[in-house]
Amino acid sequence: MIKFILKRMLEAIPTLLVLITITFFMMRFAPGSPFSGERSLPPEVLANIEAKYGLDKPVLEQYFSYLGSLAQGDLGPSFKYKDYTVNELVAQALPVSAKIGSIAFIFTVLMGVSVGTLAALKQNTWMDFSIMSTAMAGVVMPSFVLAPTLVYIFAIKLQWLPAGGWNGGQLQYIILPMLGMSLLYVASFARIMRGSMIEVLSSNFIRTAKAKGLPYRHIILRHALRPALLPVVSYMGPAFVGIITGSVVIETIFGLPGFGKLFVNGALNRDYSLVLGLTILIGSFTIIFNAIVDILYAFIDPKIRY
Amino acid sequence: MSLLDVKDLRVEFSTPEGSVTAVNDLTFSLEAGQTLGIVGESGSGKSQTAFALMGLLAKNGIISGEALFNGQQVLNLPEQQLNAIRAEKISMIFQDPMTSLNPYMKVGEQLKEVLRLHKGMSNREAHVEAVRMLDAVKMPEAEKRMAMYPHEFSGGMRQRVMIAMALLCKPQLLIADEPTTALDVTVQAQIMTLLNELKSEFNTAIIMITHDLGVVAGICDKVLVMYAGRTMEYGSAKDVFYRPSHPYTEGLLKAIPRLDTEGEILPTIPGNPPNLLKLPQGCPFQERCHRVSDHCRQHTPELSTFGDQRQRACHDNFHLSGGQ
Amino acid sequence: MLDNKQNSEALSEFADKLEIEGRSLWQDARMRFMRNRAAMVSLGILVFITLLVAFGSHLSEFAFDDTDWGAMHHAPSIESGHYFGTDSLGRDMFVRTLLGGQISLLVGVMGAFVAVLIGTLYGATSGFLGGTVDRVMMRLLEILYGIPFMFFVILLVTFFGRNIFLVFVAIGAVSWLDMARIVRGQTLSLKNKEFIEAAEVCGVSKWKIITRHIVPNVLGIVAVYATLLVPQMILTESFLSFLGLGVQEPMTSWGALLQDGSQTMEIAIWQLLYPAAFMVVTLFSFNYVGDGLRDALDPKDR
Repeated sequence: MIKFILKRMLEAIPTLLVLITITFFMMRFAPGSPFSGERSLPPEVLANIEAKYGLDKPVLEQYFSYLGSLAQGDLGPSFKYKDYTVNELVAQALPVSAKIGSIAFIFTVLMGVSVGTLAALKQNTWMDFSIMSTAMAGVVMPSFVLAPTLVYIFAIKLQWLPAGGWNGGQLQYIILPMLGMSLLYVASFARIMRGSMIEVLSSNFIRTAKAKGLPYRHIILRHALRPALLPVVSYMGPAFVGIITGSVVIETIFGLPGFGKLFVNGALNRDYSLVLGLTILIGSFTIIFNAIVDILYAFIDPKIRY
Repeated sequence: MSLLDVKDLRVEFSTPEGSVTAVNDLTFSLEAGQTLGIVGESGSGKSQTAFALMGLLAKNGIISGEALFNGQQVLNLPEQQLNAIRAEKISMIFQDPMTSLNPYMKVGEQLKEVLRLHKGMSNREAHVEAVRMLDAVKMPEAEKRMAMYPHEFSGGMRQRVMIAMALLCKPQLLIADEPTTALDVTVQAQIMTLLNELKSEFNTAIIMITHDLGVVAGICDKVLVMYAGRTMEYGSAKDVFYRPSHPYTEGLLKAIPRLDTEGEILPTIPGNPPNLLKLPQGCPFQERCHRVSDHCRQHTPELSTFGDQRQRACHDNFHLSGGQ
Repeated sequence: MLDNKQNSEALSEFADKLEIEGRSLWQDARMRFMRNRAAMVSLGILVFITLLVAFGSHLSEFAFDDTDWGAMHHAPSIESGHYFGTDSLGRDMFVRTLLGGQISLLVGVMGAFVAVLIGTLYGATSGFLGGTVDRVMMRLLEILYGIPFMFFVILLVTFFGRNIFLVFVAIGAVSWLDMARIVRGQTLSLKNKEFIEAAEVCGVSKWKIITRHIVPNVLGIVAVYATLLVPQMILTESFLSFLGLGVQEPMTSWGALLQDGSQTMEIAIWQLLYPAAFMVVTLFSFNYVGDGLRDALDPKDR
């Protein structure tokens, strides 16, 4: 098992390297410099600035020095927020995104799994139909339609919850953005869970379990749940990416100071180093998360261990 | 009172194309320690009979009739009462040992949970008992195998686990649904021998469901031949083997490969089992019967009793006198 | 997103069967699709929406960038001619919604086209060349699967500037992975067919074999997949435009309209409502058409 975990972790490294390399060279070969748009700077000032950020050196040298500083966890200076390093900007934004993202992710999985299981166990009843048609709507509703709708209903019309802001992350400020991020994926998880639960329940070993006179609850919890969770676990990777991606929109809509917001601002201001650093950071999270998901999968399915 | 008395058992499935009668007024009985063979091709309703007794039918299945186990009706019981009978009094092993064990659970755990739930044993007691049962089904290194997953076992070994699992609570009746079909021939023989030994060791009655009359020969006291959900012939194994009274049984017997008739082409029964949705008028076997008459095409033969508690459903009078 | 995985699975299964059963499979699939009422109705709706966004602006006397300072945040009414009301600059929402639809659908189709182009060539090359090249190309594909794409698109937009042309190239350039996988599978099985071998023996160059023989043979599958890609492309474009990284004023798309609408929903909900309704109906329809295609190609109980 430990060997499997190590192997899976090592496999993540080339992926990471490809990601860094592609993004880095894309930035270098992009037309224009990040400073060329800014008023018209005298050439010698521009050269000074470029020297300061190391842009005057040969590309390969830049690449390796960037790799070197990345290895030390240094994402370099921001090109636009002159007094900050990318690390400092990330350090401010990360806690916000981490908090809301992890809450949203946990909520998504728990909610999706339980709703999907419920629908499967009550297959073809009104409960199943209503859950599944809601889920169908949820799957096609993009977050930038859903979130404003939620705000309109719960913040503007009903006035139950604030329409935006962070305020240190109090509960009432978290609820709406969390729902906006997670509902779509709750729906997806519910559909996957329902399908796999129904499939598992019709499998031969469940019939054996019934023939063994085991109580229904025991059959569901001890025999059916684990295999039924496998497709859910595989979908956790894409869902994680989806929720992170969605957070860009959600943080913009709700004005949360997380790194989705930071990323968009960086993109709008053409802050190369910030956007590059964030892409690499988010890419690394994703790659590591995918590795964790694979390991989790191996824990559930004895057939692929070792 | 017999151990099991089944009377007019009927299983219907409601499908979008209409109602299908999978089992049609089946009647048989079984004494303690006896073995009954239920023989038929696939789709003849033999497995559905077993599932009806265990309460394992698909949701659209409708059961009627009577099945008294020690005088207690076991058909259409609520879940809780059913669970008190399953495994403890009646247990079942299935056709496909590859998929009938839970692949995500250690074999030991799958055995132990039965004892914990039915006998209220502690985990340690259950462990000891489960190992003992694995020994009884001749599983080598039983102790070590408890911690293994089903995919680490061969097909024959898995079926041994299934048998051990079924016998854990020492049930009075074991239903074996084609226990050897999915296995290699040599392994088949081993499993049949094992079942035969265990039967006397635990004094368990067995219902052996199979499409292979040859399997029945070695182990069964009684035989019930089914076709299209109906009884074709029912009687002691000896009678049915040596004096078949139904053309279908005849056909099945001829289709058993024999060592003493070298080089001949194995006779088969022509045609396929009928579509249960569109059964012909008259005898269900008429299409494939070499003794068919116009009478057979009009009237469904009733089950009639003759000889030594034998039953048959055929208009033709051949072999009724007995003797080859 | 989830459906997409199922869709591409169904598609590759269909492609495998196509190998064995040949052309009549397409006819069966078409018949099954025609009998699927939800899919046919959705297809009708899509055609209607397409026609409406293409020609509907003639129904209004306003142009998309006509500002009317006297009618800012004008509620929808028939008499004033602003059927869907006006936005904060007094521009007609009906015309803008239709224009947004034009852009969204256009980007959707063009993005899908770019994705299919790259995916088909990549998959065909990888499958046809085989060996080490194939292994390396497939490994690269796997790596790319692990990268969150929206960030990549935003990165592209940051580096190369914001304009509509670039948006669909960027979107297309990152959405070709499934296509590449499907086409590669197809190519592998085509490769051993006699006519390919014959071409090889006659000394036709590899590139020519790929473009002249392999690509036309996988075109059917490719076309179906492209249809499934369009709604995804629309979503991605809207996502970018919503963030202000897509189309730029005074042009607009559904995503950009939603962004404006969500700013003003307290006083003028219609500015959010109409584009949202159009978008959701379109996505729903695409979804049903996609499901219909999937079930038509690979009819099994889901």
